[in-house]
Amino acid sequence: MAERRIRVLIAKPGLDGHDRGAKVVARALRDAGMEVIYTGLRQTPEMIAEAALQEDVDVVGLSILSGAHMALVPRILELLRQNGQDHVKVFVGGIIPDEDAPRLLEMGVHAVYGPGTLTDDIVKDIRQAVLGTEAGE
Amino acid sequence: MNIAEQVLEGSRLALSRVLTYIENDQPEGREALKALFPHTGKAHIVGVTGAPGTGKSSLVNRLAYYYRHPPEGEPKRVAVVAVDPSSPFTGGAILGDRIRMRDLAGDPGVFIRSMASRGALGGLARTTAGLVQALDAAGFDIVFIETVGAGQAEVDVARLAHTTLVVEAPGLGDDVQAIKAGILEIADILVVNKADRPGADATVRALTEMLKMAHPTQETIMHHGQRMVIEVGARREDAPLWVPPVVRTVAVENEGIDDLAQAIARHRAHLQETGEWQIRDRVRLQSELENLLRDTLMQRWRATVSADVYRATLEQVFSRRLAPSDAVAQLLDGAPAA
Repeated sequence: MAERRIRVLIAKPGLDGHDRGAKVVARALRDAGMEVIYTGLRQTPEMIAEAALQEDVDVVGLSILSGAHMALVPRILELLRQNGQDHVKVFVGGIIPDEDAPRLLEMGVHAVYGPGTLTDDIVKDIRQAVLGTEAGE
Repeated sequence: MNIAEQVLEGSRLALSRVLTYIENDQPEGREALKALFPHTGKAHIVGVTGAPGTGKSSLVNRLAYYYRHPPEGEPKRVAVVAVDPSSPFTGGAILGDRIRMRDLAGDPGVFIRSMASRGALGGLARTTAGLVQALDAAGFDIVFIETVGAGQAEVDVARLAHTTLVVEAPGLGDDVQAIKAGILEIADILVVNKADRPGADATVRALTEMLKMAHPTQETIMHHGQRMVIEVGARREDAPLWVPPVVRTVAVENEGIDDLAQAIARHRAHLQETGEWQIRDRVRLQSELENLLRDTLMQRWRATVSADVYRATLEQVFSRRLAPSDAVAQLLDGAPAA
């Protein structure tokens, strides 16, 4: 009777107030059968890491349009590690300059999505990232 | 140290994992619950139900904050289990109750867990009771259960909680809604939230009237052909009656939260003084036992019957040659479906 659902936290760190993109992605993941925890606007890295811990999510999706990603993302990655959640896959979406994307990936972000990304691709990537690891464990 | 011991030691990571194991009905979850069970029975379990948009999450946010920063006495540790609906088509869910609970962020005395209903009706998920047990064992003094909020038949929470809050808001229905059976009957405390809105007085009035009828202070009986009026309190010498109070709140403005917390404290005291606390505890455990027994018996029985026999019997029902009740008798007697 065991039922395994992919759990995703969709969060908006920082101060920009535009969450249409985050909501579209949340909705697409829901329609793909995932359980999506949405925490709303203006979250600190601490709030996001805490929510990820309490909700035991497989994936954290960060939507950032403010340009503060190089400050926010490393902090969130560090907090996840401190909490013992190294296994959580982090995805970043929003307005990320081309030169920053590889640096985020180096830090341990799983994928970076810019404008025009198909939600189907995000769904596919998340499934592979989560279920792929599980099969390998 | 096994994971249940880590939970008892206060590890939030272990607790979070255990909640997932229980929710997914994994063997690790059942093992952990076994180990945690002797440590349960201490938390005050408070159910919060009511129609969507009445402000359940905002109220839980404010109440939890109140218990963390009480005007007097020690702060209490608070856990929240917030249930939102799963899509019946994809099984996916958007769990959005945390949006209204940001005041609780960064507080190690609070643990909030969202869960999807995963196809269960009645406002909770099938494993909600298990999650509440784990949080109880982990030492939280108060565990809030926030239901899906789908409506009038959402009464399962009353079986699980010591105290059930039913949240209403002005303008959601006429006074006939207030006399329908179901959700209002399970209320230990009625909350009229958004009480600054027009129509709040009418809502409070309708609910108060309904309560008077449900909990009459006088009863008229016919005795040897004579009409007699007796005071209810005089007749029931056993236990004082709990009449659900109607509390007005404006959660987003933090108004009425003290009153509500006091009503919850009074209800808790009432349960303990009258012995109702133990009764509710026993009723809850009995119904949990019976649910588990039903699931287990079903699984065991399915293992004994061949898929072909089951399928053949089912076909007979489909073609209207066998009534479902006869099919059950036939299957349980082990007679081959001819």
